[in-house]
Amino acid sequence: MKISLFATCLVDLFQSNIGKSTVELLERLGCSVDFPKGQTCCGQPAYNSGYVKASRDTMKHTIRTFENAQYVVCPSGSCAYMLKEYPHLLEDEPYWQERAQMLALKTYELTQFIVDVLKIEDVGAKLEGTATYHPSCHMTRLLQVQSAPITLLRHVKGLEVIELPLKENCCGFGGTFSVKMSAISEQMVDEKVASIQSTGVHYLVGADAGCLMNIGGRMKRQNLQVETKHIAEILNMV
Amino acid sequence: MSMKISNEQFPNRLEENIQNEFMRNAVSSAQHRFQTRRAAAAEQLGNWEEWRNHGEEIRQHVLANLDYYLYELSENVVKQGGHVFFAETAEEANDYIVSIAKKKQARKIVKAKSMVTEEISLNDHLEQAGCEVIETDLGEYILQLDDHDPPSHIVTPALHKNKEQIREVFAEKNGYTQSSVPEDLALHARQVLREHFLTADIGITGCNFAVAETGSICLVTNEGNADLVSALPKTQISVMGMERLVPTFEEMEVLVSLLTRSAVGQKLTSYITVLTGAKKALEVDGPEEFHLVIVDNGRSSILGSEFEPILQCIRCAACINVCPVYRQIGGHSYGSIYSGPIGAVLSPLLGGYDDYKELPYASTLCGACTDVCPVKIPLHQLLLKHREVIVEREGRAPISEAALMNAFGFGTASSSLYRFGSKMASAVMKPFGNGETISNGPGPLKAWTDIREFPAPNKERFRDWFEKHKKEGDHS
Repeated sequence: MKISLFATCLVDLFQSNIGKSTVELLERLGCSVDFPKGQTCCGQPAYNSGYVKASRDTMKHTIRTFENAQYVVCPSGSCAYMLKEYPHLLEDEPYWQERAQMLALKTYELTQFIVDVLKIEDVGAKLEGTATYHPSCHMTRLLQVQSAPITLLRHVKGLEVIELPLKENCCGFGGTFSVKMSAISEQMVDEKVASIQSTGVHYLVGADAGCLMNIGGRMKRQNLQVETKHIAEILNMV
Repeated sequence: MSMKISNEQFPNRLEENIQNEFMRNAVSSAQHRFQTRRAAAAEQLGNWEEWRNHGEEIRQHVLANLDYYLYELSENVVKQGGHVFFAETAEEANDYIVSIAKKKQARKIVKAKSMVTEEISLNDHLEQAGCEVIETDLGEYILQLDDHDPPSHIVTPALHKNKEQIREVFAEKNGYTQSSVPEDLALHARQVLREHFLTADIGITGCNFAVAETGSICLVTNEGNADLVSALPKTQISVMGMERLVPTFEEMEVLVSLLTRSAVGQKLTSYITVLTGAKKALEVDGPEEFHLVIVDNGRSSILGSEFEPILQCIRCAACINVCPVYRQIGGHSYGSIYSGPIGAVLSPLLGGYDDYKELPYASTLCGACTDVCPVKIPLHQLLLKHREVIVEREGRAPISEAALMNAFGFGTASSSLYRFGSKMASAVMKPFGNGETISNGPGPLKAWTDIREFPAPNKERFRDWFEKHKKEGDHS
């Protein structure tokens, strides 16, 4: 199966491990992975800050970049959702809306793609230890991908998955919110870290680089021993 | 009390409240209780999504035909012997109500809980006219007694106070000497309030829903105070936001079901009272005179705008009870009687951006509010819409942010610019980190690294790795 990877800007610039793991994982599952070089960002930082006009150009650029893709797979629930929102955000421009619709239909978040399209629940990963999963808000509530990541994690040999208490609470990232309202964000991420600590796990797993940067960055600042991992990194451990 | 509850700037309000550990614990545990009860009540009803769809449909239908139903409502109130007054502004509403008080030579007025009367500062106006105004909802009574402490929640206004603090207020203001056991506190309030109910000249209520077909007013309470407010004084005035109506009892039943479950997790509240007009010839109780004051105060400008869905609101506070930001900052941080997600959308619309421009940004857009809303208001999308209006229509964004975001738009809409910029990132950020993480970031990154580590840019961008990876193996 031919897939085009939308790596996201955070992964491209700051978290290349997530991108590498995603590519290796998908190739191991029999996919041929292509990385359209023109790709930049989904446009969310500007859009969520109210710069809708500025973000429209980014959206159109992304649409053009993935025009020829068969499937677009993205290791981030939030960015995948953003791509799926394009038709709605470009509704004043019918020509672009139609092209956005084509992109939205073929876009999948990574775990959603593995479980729903590849029909694979056990990717053959192995990892000794305990992990808890933080369900990011956009992936869970907006994209509505809830069970796929848990299904995949539960099949990782040697890994015990412990449910995160108050898992539905936002971690306080919220894109520019994390810097604009940093005092509130700090309280929110502390609440999330306390939940994670209460499980006593080795690994905190998530499917969104932004949320992981927030929670992981806070835990690192506090010198906590919990390791922060993107789900692609866990599923790529064989 | 008006809609605006503080003259402090948003950052100051925030700082003060975030440091209030006690309040934050009280809010957090209250939220937890509300959330659990709401979820259980929704589950028990079954087919919750269908109920929500139905609720949304009813509210949208009413808004789309508001002129028709307002006309029908007013005709029917008059037919039942009542008076109707349409107030375009807060001032008109207050003037009308004060004029009735004067005509009746009212000295004492008892009130049931009503957010719209807080919004228009009714109590201040009545007090200036020489009336004694007594709030009879327990929460509102406590706040009024405590030198008009503003409400921090639209359903449970004294959420930020614990029983010990309430005991202190009663002791200081009323000479109360009993314990802080809730039953004792409630008994004291009852004894004081009973006297007021019996001696009041006018009773003022809000209105959860007005029924257009019959000209009735529906009041939803757990304390029964609204029944006494409307049954004992000779004159009753009900004040409603112009959007708070339903066509018939059939729709009222659906919305009351959604309201009580979403607000407090109850199938029904202890009292659901429907009042129709003034006392009739053979009736034993009720007011001799009934006035319905329908308040616009900015609502008609929301109608037909991109923010119209906010008028679907039935004031259940489910969005407030689930909001992770509200949990950390409490209601007073919003600076408005309308707090939480509903307040962050509504306050700037009714009160303007000068006072409330920060509120739409006090959200991570996590969507918990939208998910829980019983009438499906897309709250987080409306917050985004505010941001768009603030930036693009009002031009109120900070210049540095606008420059950054426009550069972002420019840079991410072009492959070559993005590639150039992203290649530079590693070099530019190098002085600020140890190679792995950045602990002391420059510019806007400082707010991030004050709290957390930031990852240093990849030495090798992912895209460069990918190119090598493709060359190395036969992966295609």
